[in-house]
Amino acid sequence: MTDTPHKMSARGVNVFYGNKQAVKDVSIDIDMDKVTAFIGPSGCGKSTFLRTLNRMNDTISSARVTGDITLDGEDIYSSAMDVVQLRARVGMVFQKPNPFPKSIYENVAYGPRIHGLAPSRAELDAIVERSLRRAGLWEEVKDRLQDSGTALSGGQQQRLCIARAIAVDPEVILMDEPASALDPIATAKIEELIHELRGRYAIAIVTHNMQQAARVSQRTAFFHLGTLVEYGDTDQIFTTPHEERTKDYITGRYG
Amino acid sequence: MMGTGQEHTVKAFDQDIKQLRALISQMGGLAEQALHDAMKALQRGDTSLADQVRGKDKAIDAIESEVEKLVVRLIALRAPMADDLREVIAALKIAAVIERIGDYAKNVAKRVPLIHTEGEDRIEALSLLPSMAQMASDMVHDALDAFASRDAAGAARVCQRDSALDDFYDSIFRTLVTFMVENPRTVSQVAHLLFVAKNIERIGDHATNVAEMVYFAATGRYLADEAAAA
Repeated sequence: MTDTPHKMSARGVNVFYGNKQAVKDVSIDIDMDKVTAFIGPSGCGKSTFLRTLNRMNDTISSARVTGDITLDGEDIYSSAMDVVQLRARVGMVFQKPNPFPKSIYENVAYGPRIHGLAPSRAELDAIVERSLRRAGLWEEVKDRLQDSGTALSGGQQQRLCIARAIAVDPEVILMDEPASALDPIATAKIEELIHELRGRYAIAIVTHNMQQAARVSQRTAFFHLGTLVEYGDTDQIFTTPHEERTKDYITGRYG
Repeated sequence: MMGTGQEHTVKAFDQDIKQLRALISQMGGLAEQALHDAMKALQRGDTSLADQVRGKDKAIDAIESEVEKLVVRLIALRAPMADDLREVIAALKIAAVIERIGDYAKNVAKRVPLIHTEGEDRIEALSLLPSMAQMASDMVHDALDAFASRDAAGAARVCQRDSALDDFYDSIFRTLVTFMVENPRTVSQVAHLLFVAKNIERIGDHATNVAEMVYFAATGRYLADEAAAA
C-alpha cells in the first residue's frame, strides 16, 4: 500500500432498506491512481454500496446508512456536507445511458453552468470541448453539437454521460455497470476511456462482467450476500483468490 | 488443495478440463512405458524393442500438440480464472515436459545397439541402471498422480526425492568411470551408458519440474519460495 491518503474511505458501512440489511459492515478504500472494481452476484449489495459513496441512497426513503464514509478525510454523511456539492465531486455514470433530451452541447454544459463553473460562453465552450475530448467523443460529435444527445448510438450516449460527469470536474467517478448495455466495440471504448481517466479521477466501477473487472481495474472487491468477502489487487483476486467463495464465483462454480 | 470439487455452472467447461487431465495422464503413461521399455531393451540387448520405443515417441508428440490445441481453445472459449487458469497453464507446461521425458527415453533406446555390439564384454555396471531408472520413473508417476488428484503435498514430496536420484547418478558415474579405466576395451559402450545415466538423471529433474507446476496449480504459490521462506 502507498502512503498517500485514500481519496475515499468506508469503515463499517451498513445499509438497510427498511428492516432488510443490504450491506453489512463493509470497509474499503478508493484510491486516486487505482480503478476499484466491485464484483459479485446480483443482490450482493455492490451497487447499493457504490451508491453510498455519493449518497444516492438518500433518494430512497426507506434506505438507512450507518458507518463512516469520508472523502479526503471529510465525513460525507455529516450535516455540514452539501449533498449537491458532494455529487459534483463524486460523479456517477449509470448502466443505461441517460442523456438529457437536449443537445449534445447542453448535456455537457448543464452541470458546469448550474455549478457556476463557467462565467463566460467561451469558458463554457472550452469545458464542453475538454470534457468531450476526455470522454473520447469529441471527434465524433464536434460538427453536430446541437444535435440531440438521444440521437447518438448507445455507446456514444454512454460516453456523453461520462463527458457530462467529467464536466463538473469531479474527483471521484462511480460507474454502475457502465458498459452492460453496450456492444463489445462500444464496451472496449468505455474500457479504454476508463484507462485514460485513471489517475485524473478516482474510479469505482460495478460490473457483472468479470473479464471487464479484470481488464479495467487494479483493485477488486468481491461482494456476496451484503458482505465484502475479499478485497485485493485485481491480479491476485483473479489468479490466487484467498477466499473459497471468491474462487467459486470467479471460476464459474457459484451456486 | 485446489478446487472445491464443485462443478462449474457451465458443464462443458468441466468436460474440457476432464479431457485435458485425461490427455496428460495418457501422455504420462506413454512416457513411463517408453522409459520402462527402453531400459528393458538396454538390459536384454533387445534392439527390436528399442526400435519400437523410438517409433512410439511420435504418439507422445501427437498428444502434446493435442494438449496445446485444447489449452488454446479452453483459454479462448472459457476464459478460465484462478485455480482453473493455473491448472490449464500447468497442463500446457507439463505436456511439454513429458514430451521431453519421452525424448530422453527415445535417446536411451537409440543407444541400445551401440552398447550391445558384436563380441561385447559383459558390462557389469549395466546392472545398476535399472534401479536408477525405476526411481526416476516413480518420480514421474507420482508427479502425474499428484496432478490428477491435485495433491500439493504429494507434489512437494516428489521434489524432495530429486537429490537422492542425483546422488545415485554421481555414484553410477564414478562406478562407470572406474569400469572404463579397468576395461579399456569397453570405453565406447560405457560412454554411452554414461549418457543413459545422465538421461535418467534429467528425467528426474523434469519430474521435479512437473511436481513444482502441480504445486503451483494447486496452491497458487511457488514451492521454491516456500522452501526459501522455511
